[in-house]
Amino acid sequence: MSDLAALSNSFQNWYRFSRNPTAVIGLLIVVVAILAALLAPHITPYPDHVGAIVDFRNRHQPPSAAHWFGTDNVGRDILTRVIFGLRVSLMLAFVVLIIAVPFGTVMGLLAGYFGGWTEIVIMRLTDIALALPPLIMALAVAAVLEPSLMNAMLAIASLWWTWHTRLVYSMVRQIRALEYVEAAETLGASKVHILFREILPNCISAIAVKTSLDAGFVILIGASLSFLGLGIQPPTPDLGTMVSDGASFLPDYWWESLLPGSAILFVALGFNLLGDGLRDLFDVEDVR
Amino acid sequence: MEFLGFLARRLAWSVLVLVGLSVVIFVIARVVPGDPARMALGPRASLEQVTELQEKLGLNLPLYQQYGRFVGGLARGELGQSLLTERSVNLDIRTTFPATLELVITTVIIAFLFGVPLGVAAARWKDRWPDNLVRAFAIVAAVMPTFFIALLLQVLAGYVLQILPTTGRLPTGTDFQADITGLLIVDGLLKGQFHVVFEAMRHLLLPALALSLATMGQMARITRASMIDVSRQDYIEAARAFGVPDRVRLFKYQLRPAFVPPLTIMGLEFASLIGGAFVVELIFSWPGMAAYGIRAITQKDLNAIMGVVMVSGLFFVLVNLLIDVLVGWVDPRIRIRGRRA
Repeated sequence: MSDLAALSNSFQNWYRFSRNPTAVIGLLIVVVAILAALLAPHITPYPDHVGAIVDFRNRHQPPSAAHWFGTDNVGRDILTRVIFGLRVSLMLAFVVLIIAVPFGTVMGLLAGYFGGWTEIVIMRLTDIALALPPLIMALAVAAVLEPSLMNAMLAIASLWWTWHTRLVYSMVRQIRALEYVEAAETLGASKVHILFREILPNCISAIAVKTSLDAGFVILIGASLSFLGLGIQPPTPDLGTMVSDGASFLPDYWWESLLPGSAILFVALGFNLLGDGLRDLFDVEDVR
Repeated sequence: MEFLGFLARRLAWSVLVLVGLSVVIFVIARVVPGDPARMALGPRASLEQVTELQEKLGLNLPLYQQYGRFVGGLARGELGQSLLTERSVNLDIRTTFPATLELVITTVIIAFLFGVPLGVAAARWKDRWPDNLVRAFAIVAAVMPTFFIALLLQVLAGYVLQILPTTGRLPTGTDFQADITGLLIVDGLLKGQFHVVFEAMRHLLLPALALSLATMGQMARITRASMIDVSRQDYIEAARAFGVPDRVRLFKYQLRPAFVPPLTIMGLEFASLIGGAFVVELIFSWPGMAAYGIRAITQKDLNAIMGVVMVSGLFFVLVNLLIDVLVGWVDPRIRIRGRRA
């Protein structure tokens, strides 16, 4: 495809994407969240409230012009801590998916293309992983090792790849039988070439959709973990921990718990809408 | 006959998954952390104490023998002793699991009762306002953190409106022993104590609703997609052409095959449902397996952790087995084809 055609194609895609209001909202939310997280030290009103600062005169302040999201039980600005908390959530999603998606994809390619024992072993592994609730698995690993964000991420990633394996596997099974793959095989192309240059490109859009949807769910699981006290340790701001700390002051100081909770909802919603939009764009109906 | 073969294949399958699960759990609990005896006793215990506990628990044996003991115990339904409480993990789980089970069953019932009709309505009025409303609900429900929904419901219904209880399974001081099944509603009915049944339902409502929203949205979404899918089939077209009334067509011919995907998804949803139950139980002070599991986790009580994870996994596998059988019954094509797609 010539550069011009590629350009026109991407314009067309963008046009179709921009016609889909939910997708655009999703993209906006994701971009805003990522920018806010990256620029956190520069855009937050009280960047020093990230640490273990105590300001008892200002504790439990309701939302106001000075503190848009109010202050917590030791007087720290909640908006500042929410924006820094986004960093943790996004980092979690990023690290989990950067491990799980490529690994899961390769496993799915292998299982789908080679069949036989490779398929049996890999697919049975995914069945076992499916039987483990990710949250409980992460809890168990966090308990046995030290409760830290790193361990939580590893635990989640160690289960998450299986979803991508199942997705890619089912696609490869269909693609493998197509004539163009057969043609490449007849021409004597190497297995690596067939897997990564012939088959994989046709799976990419589905993987992209799934990854976007996943980012939201990984953030939710991470937030649940820290809500239960097994995520990142204080005083680093973490949205789940903030909800759980604030919950003991419900309903009087509702902002301490409900506003960080809304922030989690907001980011997860963004990734989900984006994923939905991409699904319509790429026309990959059955990816969830 | 053909159904028995299908059942046998599914059973063998579940056993295989359980064996794999036991290996994973064993590796997490015994191999990863180093020395469980040292962990249980703490850094100040003497070497003799540690060796003694190691011998008592069989930790000095080679790993494969330890695994053998672990699996042997599992096969006898014996999960070992809690390292901390020195009580049998079985007993602990047997006393806490029914509360979790009652919560999860109620959740599933609520999710189906509302999710499926919502999905049917959305498909019936596709691209009109009921459809848009249901789809928006499904997305928001899917991304709402369970603990956030739980807290919101607790504040709204419990504190602000004060219409429902927000903690526990029964009012404090209720004199009732759930010693038949452990499920309060069932035992209350069996014993004819209807006020207990009523109170148990009132207490269940908020936690179950909080836990069910995400699944409900998922059910609505899948039912909608699958109803639309089926409506494009030729035989539905034929029914339409023959002038079969809308309602008969929708509920008699379309819903039954369209019911399979939601059922199957329900099985997979169970994993996240069990995880969500942990959070919900904590928030509503529900005396279930979650409270026990979390205590075990914070105190590094390995046998208890392994027990809780294993029972969760077993629960998941059994539910999926049940659902597969159910699906095979609803849709005979699946029995013949073997595994569900």
